[in-house]
Order: sequence, then C-alpha cells, then structure tokens
Amino acid sequence: MAFKNEEDKKAYWRENLALMTKLLVVWFVVSFGFGILLVDLLDQIQVFGFKLGFWFAQQGAIYVFVALIFIYMYKMNQLDKRYGVDEE
Amino acid sequence: MDVQVLTFLIVGASFALYIAIAIWARAGSTQEFYVAGGGVHPIANGMATAADWMSAASFISMAGLISFMGYDGAVYLLGWTGGYVLLALCLAPYLRKFGKFTVPDFIGDRYYSQTARTVAVICAIFVCFTYVAGQMRGVGVVFSRFLEVDIVTGVVIGMAIVFFYTVLGGMKGITYTQVAQYCVLIFAYLVPAVFISIMVTGHVLPQTGFGASLADGSGVYLLEKLDGLSTQLGFNEYTSGTKGTFDVFCITAALMVGTAGLPHVIVRFFTVPKVRDARKSAGWALLFIAILYTTAPSIAAFARVNMIETINGPTVSEQAPTGTPYSEAPSWITNWEKTGLISWDDKNQDGKMFYSGDERNEMQVDRDIMVMANPEIANLPAWVIALVAAGGIAAALSTSAGLLLVISTSVSHDLLKRNLMPNITDKKELFYARLAAGVAIVIAGYFGVNPPGFVAQVVAFAFGLAASSFFPAIIMGIFMKRMNDKGAVSGMLAGIGFTAAYIIYFKFVNPAANVSENWWFGVSPEGIGAIGMLVNFAVALLVFKMTKEAPQEIQQLVEDIRYPKGAGDATAH
Repeated sequence: MAFKNEEDKKAYWRENLALMTKLLVVWFVVSFGFGILLVDLLDQIQVFGFKLGFWFAQQGAIYVFVALIFIYMYKMNQLDKRYGVDEE
Repeated sequence: MDVQVLTFLIVGASFALYIAIAIWARAGSTQEFYVAGGGVHPIANGMATAADWMSAASFISMAGLISFMGYDGAVYLLGWTGGYVLLALCLAPYLRKFGKFTVPDFIGDRYYSQTARTVAVICAIFVCFTYVAGQMRGVGVVFSRFLEVDIVTGVVIGMAIVFFYTVLGGMKGITYTQVAQYCVLIFAYLVPAVFISIMVTGHVLPQTGFGASLADGSGVYLLEKLDGLSTQLGFNEYTSGTKGTFDVFCITAALMVGTAGLPHVIVRFFTVPKVRDARKSAGWALLFIAILYTTAPSIAAFARVNMIETINGPTVSEQAPTGTPYSEAPSWITNWEKTGLISWDDKNQDGKMFYSGDERNEMQVDRDIMVMANPEIANLPAWVIALVAAGGIAAALSTSAGLLLVISTSVSHDLLKRNLMPNITDKKELFYARLAAGVAIVIAGYFGVNPPGFVAQVVAFAFGLAASSFFPAIIMGIFMKRMNDKGAVSGMLAGIGFTAAYIIYFKFVNPAANVSENWWFGVSPEGIGAIGMLVNFAVALLVFKMTKEAPQEIQQLVEDIRYPKGAGDATAH
C-alpha cells in the first residue's frame, strides 16, 4: 500500500500539519495562556478550593497535555488508514 | 521490625529484581545494545520513558521545591510535562521513521555534515554528564540518610548496580529494569501521598484533596488556609507568584523545549517497532509521568500546612499561634535534625520553635524533607519509609542508566563508527559501547562522590543547551525540507553561543549581578534557553536564505520520514 498519487501525498501532509497546529494551539492556550499570561484574570474565578488560573498552572494543563497526545494518536491512525499508509 | 532492617530488605529486594531482569535481557548486538532491538511494546516503553525522565530531583526534591515556591512551581510542572506534547506531535514519530540509533545520527545525516554531527555529539555528552552527576549524588544521599552508610559507599553500590545492567544489557537491559523501577517509584510516591491526603482533607485522591476543604471540620479550603498562613507569616501568598510573568513564560518555554530536545528521552522512541507505536508510547509516557506530576503539587501543599502547624502550633482561635515548645516536638523533627535537613535556632530564647518568612523565623528547613519525611509526618508505618527509600533510589538509578547509555552510544557509534573508525565490525563496536559505558559510570561516580559546586547551576545549562541546539535543528530538519547544512550548523552554534554566554556570565563570571534588574527583559538564566532557541531559528533561516538549498536526495529523505510508509513508491509515479 502506498499513496495513490502525488496529490494524495500532499493532502496527507497538509491534514497532518492542520491537526498538529490545532492541537498545539490548545497546548499553548491551556499552559502559557490560562496558566501564565491570563492567570490573574482566571484567579478571580473560584472552582471548589482552587483559583482557576492556579489550577490550570499546577493541574489542569497537565491533564489536557495527556489528552492531546492520545487525540493526536487516534486521529493520525485514522488518517494513516484513510490514505492507506498505515503500517501492517 | 525496625525501619533500618526493613529498608535494607526492601531496597535489597528491588536490587535483586533489577539484576535478575538484567541477566534475562542481555544484549547480543549493537542494535539490541542501542535501541533494544527496536521491539519494545509501546506501553512498556511509556513506563521506561517515565522512569528515564523522572530523576532523583523529580522524586525527592520537586514537591519540596513547589512547596517553597507556591504558584511559581508551575514552571517545573508545566515545563517538564508540556515538552512531551512537542515530542509526540513534532518529533517522535518522524525520528522513529528515520530509524537510526541516536540524535547526532539524525542531525549528521539530515544535514549531510560531519560538523553538524560533531556539534550534536558534544552537546549530547555535555548534557548527559551534567545530569548524571546529580543522579549519582542522589543515590548516595538516599543511601546515607536511610541506611546510614556513608555517601561514598552509597555511590559505589549505586555504580555497581548500574554498571551491571547497563554494560550487560545495554538499552534492552535498561528498558526492562526501568519498567520495574517505574512501578517501584510510583508506588512509593503515591502511598504516602494518599495517606497524607486522607489525613489532611479526607480525600483519597491527592489531586482532588488539593482543592478540598480541610478535614478538621472548619470548612476552610486547604489552599485558602495556606494563603492565610503564608501572608500571616510574612511569606508571599501561596497561590500567587513572585517571578515576573515574562520570566515565568520563558522558563516554562525553555524547560518544555529542552525536555523535547533531551537526547536520553528522544532515544527511547527509537526502541519501539513502528511509527504508530512511537505516537502511542509518547501518550503513555506522559500519562505515567502525569501521575507523579499532578500528585507533587498536592503533596507540596499538604506538607506545607502540616509543617507550619507542627512547628508553630495549630491555629485554634483568631490569635496567631506563637510556636510549639521544642520539648514537645514530634520525633520526625528531632530525627531529621540529625541529618541537618531541619534545624532550630532559638533566637528569642522562649524554648518554642517558630517558622516564618520574616525576622521572627527560627527554623531552617531543607526542601528535600517534604518528600523524605512525609511518611513520618503522617505517622505511617515503617515499611512506607523503607518504600520511599527504594523509590528514591529507583528514580536515581533509572535516570542515570538512560543517560549513561546515551554517553556510551555517542562515543561508540557517533564518534567511532560514524566518524573515526567507520570500518569496525558490529562486535568491535559493541565492545567499545560497553567500554564507554563503563568509563562513563566511573566518571559519573567520581562526580557523585566529589560533587562539583556547579551541579545545581548547570542544570539550567543542560536544558538551555538542549533547547537552543537540538530542538530547532530537528524541527527544521523535519518541517523544512530545503533547510541546508550551513543554516543548521550556524543556527546551532549561534543558539548555543548565545545561551552559554548568558548563563556563564550570570552564573560564573559575575554571579553578584544575577538579579532581575540586570537581566535582559527580565529573563533569568534559567529561561534564556527559550530566547536562544529563537536566535537559533533566526540565524538558521537567515543563513539558509543566502546559501544553496539542501540537495535533492536529502529533500527526498525528509519526504520519506514524513510518511509512516509507502512514500518512496508514491514518488516513483
């Protein structure tokens, strides 16, 4: 199995980059955004015993990081299949 | 049974396990020695990566560090986990597809340049030695505190164990011992954390206990209480920081990018069979790491409240407590006083201990106590104390082994095979790899016994260098297929030069000037790697614009690593 043609190959790479960019935007927003740049603003919001900004900086962003990698893995496996470049 | 005997038993049992695994997983070829034959299951590799990554510092020091830094501790929490997202999305799958043994392999082949390879080898060796010296020291410290043997004996025992399974098993031996070490260290970290969370907040999960109200029936949230205590005692409010926002931003970025560029972490992704396994394995690795990294800030907060209340006395009424009489101090304070981790100086001669952030303070508390004394603070049984000792040693050993392997591979493969003696046989190369590993262990052990005063200073260096050298070179190598050798080499040199100059100036040449007023844009030496990375990118692009793009066959190679399989066929159409 391989790419059917040059177009497919380019499209695969484009989709890969688009997915990566989207996930990296989320990565940036939860850590550098919510946890650092906007921390004072979000700290006005209290969720249980946490100030929200503090929670993102010391807990929340880490959970999102884990989720992002698994989403990437799942989506990329689908993409590989769709273009017939999955291994096996 | 007393703590001492239990500790010997538990630590001894864990050593026996590591040695048994090493004998079972001997390496027969360089492929097994360098990348465990490329056949490691992605979940096992995830565990091994987590153990590889979490060092003695993560296990012993991080929670305590956060405990004293409050919000600012987020730079470590975010920096040392966020890098894995970059690794998983931008590096690991492509480097796996490239399918060689080391990071300098990639840099050298992709940029068709021995200079690039040599720069990469030097960076890799430097970064690894910086790190490994600290690990050996960690082994020695744990041994001396829990087993009361002296540091030299502790380091020698640690060296012997690592020597045994690294030299014998190479990457294969290391991988499977790291899986075992992860299990030991995470269990040892969680048990006291869960107990202490139940004690302080009634929550089983430290992660939710962190945001819960106290179990004393006051209905006050843990963090609210901590903020109150902190301001009352003249500290900064726990949930807000003291560092400048831009500095926090840069330190976090430097640690993240540095993490993604550390050779001993990257090389773990060469050990799985397929590209999809590399993606999967990165996800599992971060999950396993996140278990410890989300527990650490919770421990930090619990331990701080506990410590303040034990020393100053509980807050019962509106009136601020004035201290606990030393004669009534719990046994852990007197136990740990012997190790010098905590000390009391009765300045006002009232016979009471008092801890604060102003002139009333009478206590010196070392950050390492937050994890190491936790089981005693929470009155946990002796076997938990023994477990923490085994966990600390597991964390230090697993990281040292990973680093030593990179050093040995850099010497035998990148330096000898690919550079000086291209004609040596696989057997000969394997022999040199083992020899290099052995020599590296002895050097690391020497630094463990005689720690150079600069170890703490150079950690920033290790991350800064990885961030300003490897990361941009690899990223451009994958995502810009026309990037050429001259651009990459000048980018790396500019990035390293800039970062090294800044750190050396503030840490060594003129340490007195190392205050935020003198820093460029308020960026501390810890965060300068982020700027160094930008310098690298900028210089590389500039030089690239003025020189010839990469030759066609290199562009073809880059094309090829972008697709899990079948790329070669497609271009033939």
